[in-house]
Amino acid sequence: MAPKVGLFIPCYIDQLYPQVGISTLKVLEHFGVDVEYPESQTCCGQPMANTGCTNEVAPLAKRFLEIFKKYDAVVCPSGSCVSMVTHHYDEYFSDNAEYEELKGKTYEFCDYLTNVLGIKTLSGRFPHKVGLHQSCHGLRELRLASSSEIMGPPFGNVRELLQSIEGVELSQLQRPDECCGFGGTFAVAEEAVSCMMGEDRVHDHEQAGTEVLTALDMSCLMHLDGIIRRQKKPIRVMHISEILVECL
Amino acid sequence: MPSHPKLAAEFVKNKDRAHWHDQSLWFVRSKRDKAAQQIPEWELLREQASKIKMYTVSHLPDLLEEFERNATARGVQVHWARNATEHNEIVHSLLKKHNVTRVVKSKSMLTEECHLNPYLERHGIEIIDTDLGERIVQMQNKPPSHIVMPAIHIKKEEIGELFHEQLGTEKGATDPQYLTEAARQHLRQKFIEAEAGITGVNFAIAETGGFVVCTNEGNADLGTSLNKLHIACMGIEKLIPRAGDLSVFLRLLARSATGQPITTYSSHFHGPAPGAEMHIVLLDNGRSEIAGSDEFRRSLNCIRCAACMNTCPVYRRSGGYSYSNTVPGPIGSILGPAKDPKANSSLPFACSLCGSCSDVCPVKIDLHHQLLTWRKEIRVKGFLPFSKRISMKMMSWLMQAPAMYRFVGKMARSIVPYLPRFMLYNRLNDWGKQRELPIIPKQSFREWMKQNHDDK
Repeated sequence: MAPKVGLFIPCYIDQLYPQVGISTLKVLEHFGVDVEYPESQTCCGQPMANTGCTNEVAPLAKRFLEIFKKYDAVVCPSGSCVSMVTHHYDEYFSDNAEYEELKGKTYEFCDYLTNVLGIKTLSGRFPHKVGLHQSCHGLRELRLASSSEIMGPPFGNVRELLQSIEGVELSQLQRPDECCGFGGTFAVAEEAVSCMMGEDRVHDHEQAGTEVLTALDMSCLMHLDGIIRRQKKPIRVMHISEILVECL
Repeated sequence: MPSHPKLAAEFVKNKDRAHWHDQSLWFVRSKRDKAAQQIPEWELLREQASKIKMYTVSHLPDLLEEFERNATARGVQVHWARNATEHNEIVHSLLKKHNVTRVVKSKSMLTEECHLNPYLERHGIEIIDTDLGERIVQMQNKPPSHIVMPAIHIKKEEIGELFHEQLGTEKGATDPQYLTEAARQHLRQKFIEAEAGITGVNFAIAETGGFVVCTNEGNADLGTSLNKLHIACMGIEKLIPRAGDLSVFLRLLARSATGQPITTYSSHFHGPAPGAEMHIVLLDNGRSEIAGSDEFRRSLNCIRCAACMNTCPVYRRSGGYSYSNTVPGPIGSILGPAKDPKANSSLPFACSLCGSCSDVCPVKIDLHHQLLTWRKEIRVKGFLPFSKRISMKMMSWLMQAPAMYRFVGKMARSIVPYLPRFMLYNRLNDWGKQRELPIIPKQSFREWMKQNHDDK
């Protein structure tokens, strides 16, 4: 029997960016994955956790485990929400075998695609200069690519996957993995610094000639897109799944 | 005390200056990357340094006593200070005993932590900071804004103006060499007049009872060689077990701090010269409490290289003063609340949780995770603002009720697109000050699934 994948769509993608969920689903199904979307899911609790409100996270973490424990794998188009589940739920489950199992089978979408399904190349065409924003939690929590601070050979499956697509040229950034400044409630609580960080990222992509700005996380892109649209910059923002679905 | 967001917003208001500050520090971070790339075993060194420090912190009482025994045997007089007041009193009593009225001091964040300068000045003692950057901020009557480069926030034009007023240099002078020469002449006089020298300590070695002070200007050496009294002030976490461990830390420190292979001077002190006195003041000031905490113990690994500041995208754009704490940046946002959680309650939130600090740290402090842990502590201690508390409560409640969550989303999608712009973008909406809101879609992902997928 084919493994059954539970699709974990972060709350803000469900409500604000349905096309990201749809693209993720289509890509997974294209590669023969049996996907189910459990409708009772809502939010992993990251906004509350990052504000220090653990009491408010606990019931959501327990809900999450109940909803997703039955699947063979859980896949989510967000490195940040995955890192919440795999790296920051421990305090809510002491010695819980079901959670330990969930931790090991929850994947960021591109991670699942490249490492579990073994998809390293795509045959489609995407004739654009693409700027890859390295979302921090995918980078420095999940280690889906090498960070510029750590010394060692560079790696990164998403970069390789994008490079395999005909027509894609990746932008060369001056700061390859600086934070965009979203940071959840940080975006509002530290509005001035957050927006300056976002603006600096956008400028870096602008000077590098980015036509399409992409990332593993729509939250970073929501923030950057907000700045791009306000400043009327000629950069199109697409979640990685939206590019991949065009290249199937 | 004004909160970090408020002071940061003021700093960012001057965009050109904030950019200049960001780029100056990014340049230092880039130099660090190049220096680290030269060392094939860089990550191994970090791992080793972290383990040595973890060992030290978990054996602190024994190692401190070992250090005291060995230092005493070398003729160094060891003093113990529980807090800043005791520290300052010890230093003052030593100076008084020797009738000292003029002191030179090399850079020491610990004496900043204790506010030693104003204390000694109140007791009629002139104390001159001899590190160029620190002398500049001292002339301005300000604390350092960065722990390695205290005057990184000041432009050379402003230094020219300051030196013109205080040292009588030509008006409008901005040439760094000219200004540095003026400072050198001024400081040379102070070195000659000084009757005692105070230094910090970078590393104290339990095994030998010696200690090491790292400077780029040689000011620690000059300040302690020209007079008969040397007082070294150190936090108890500055200890390392063996002399051999130094090779790990000296290779990491300057590379992480400024991208130099090593500081120009790494001065080893092993007891007083004939006829002179050498004292070392060991300060706790909350450190042993941190050592006892599972969550925050690792923060005592810190060797004060400031790599976390140089890499922090928030620090670079908000400046050291926005933290209102002796040590700013990521490590300061952990140490600050440990000292006074209420006054420093906004610091753990002055962070986008990007994790760059943890990856750059040469002693592998899990800085961003400790900041996250501090947020929980702030919440538990009741210092989280009401607005955040209530909004998180409501959000959690909503997310536990899927039907209500669906309903609220549907209502928003049917109302928001028809609202006039002024109702969406106003002073209540901090998101929308400089950013557009997302374009509201016609349906949610789950609605699309119901219509297009589930029936298939």
